[in-house]
Amino acid sequence: MAKATVHVTLKTGVLDPQGKAIQNALENLGFSGIESVRQGKFIELDLAEADKAKAQTAVEGMCEKLLANTVIETYKIEVSD
Amino acid sequence: MKSAVIVFPGSNCERDIAFTLTKITGSAPAMVWHRDAALPDDLDLVAVPGGFSYGDYLRSGAMAANSPIISDLKKRAAEGVSVLGICNGFQILTECGLLPGALLRNRNLKYVCRDVTLSVEQTDSVFTAKYKQGEVIRIPVGHHDGNYIADEDTLRQLEDQGRVAFRYCNDNGEASDDANPNGSARNIAGVFNPERTVLGMMPHPERLADTRLGGCDGTPMFESLLDRLS
Repeated sequence: MAKATVHVTLKTGVLDPQGKAIQNALENLGFSGIESVRQGKFIELDLAEADKAKAQTAVEGMCEKLLANTVIETYKIEVSD
Repeated sequence: MKSAVIVFPGSNCERDIAFTLTKITGSAPAMVWHRDAALPDDLDLVAVPGGFSYGDYLRSGAMAANSPIISDLKKRAAEGVSVLGICNGFQILTECGLLPGALLRNRNLKYVCRDVTLSVEQTDSVFTAKYKQGEVIRIPVGHHDGNYIADEDTLRQLEDQGRVAFRYCNDNGEASDDANPNGSARNIAGVFNPERTVLGMMPHPERLADTRLGGCDGTPMFESLLDRLS
């Protein structure tokens, strides 16, 4: 059984107003030196597939079809046992 | 004119659009549940209503864009049936690829619910024929994710092909930044597909098409559809 984790984030250049609001809030709390904050999504999948390469391909399909909107987002997949 | 309205779990404007279609076109639309495999035959128009389909889980419109009915919607659109997506309907049409771009969280992060002024940018369509080019109209919006974005090439293509339907503008018809309620690129409030048979827009013309509701600036859209599709 493989475990897959997917990080979905807005593409570079796509304005992230939520990230900006988080940055402002952190600065208001006194945290300094924050150059930027980008917010994204983290998705965990437990898969019946044991073959990591096959699991990777399957999750890529899921990202393209549903988990990410590739017009505005990029995704990063990590598969482990 | 024969129309249908697709209803998703979480839709909440399906009755508004059905009311306005019935009132102006004289015939009630078929209400079609999203799990149905097919839309009725011989349709002239399919409306994808506003609301919060699937609670906006994952992304606004993402789940609904993969509902069973969507493959038939795409087929009908390819055959030339007119499709009107309003608010969440617009988000669903971009998510399923019938329209380009995407709708992001509003620039100021706030849900915006008020009347806005729009300039009519394109009157050569079944949706906008009864408006005047450059006409300034008042239409309500109610959304959290209405910030239209597309890459520069797509935006240029939309402009060059006359596919911007409406722009947020001030009372003088100028697409100024302070008239932009959500941060949309180039103040875009609604866009067409290349054939201008599919329209997606964030504002709600169906909510302002009756004097009892405070205005009729949405009426010409439904009169255009009736005129062109009957």
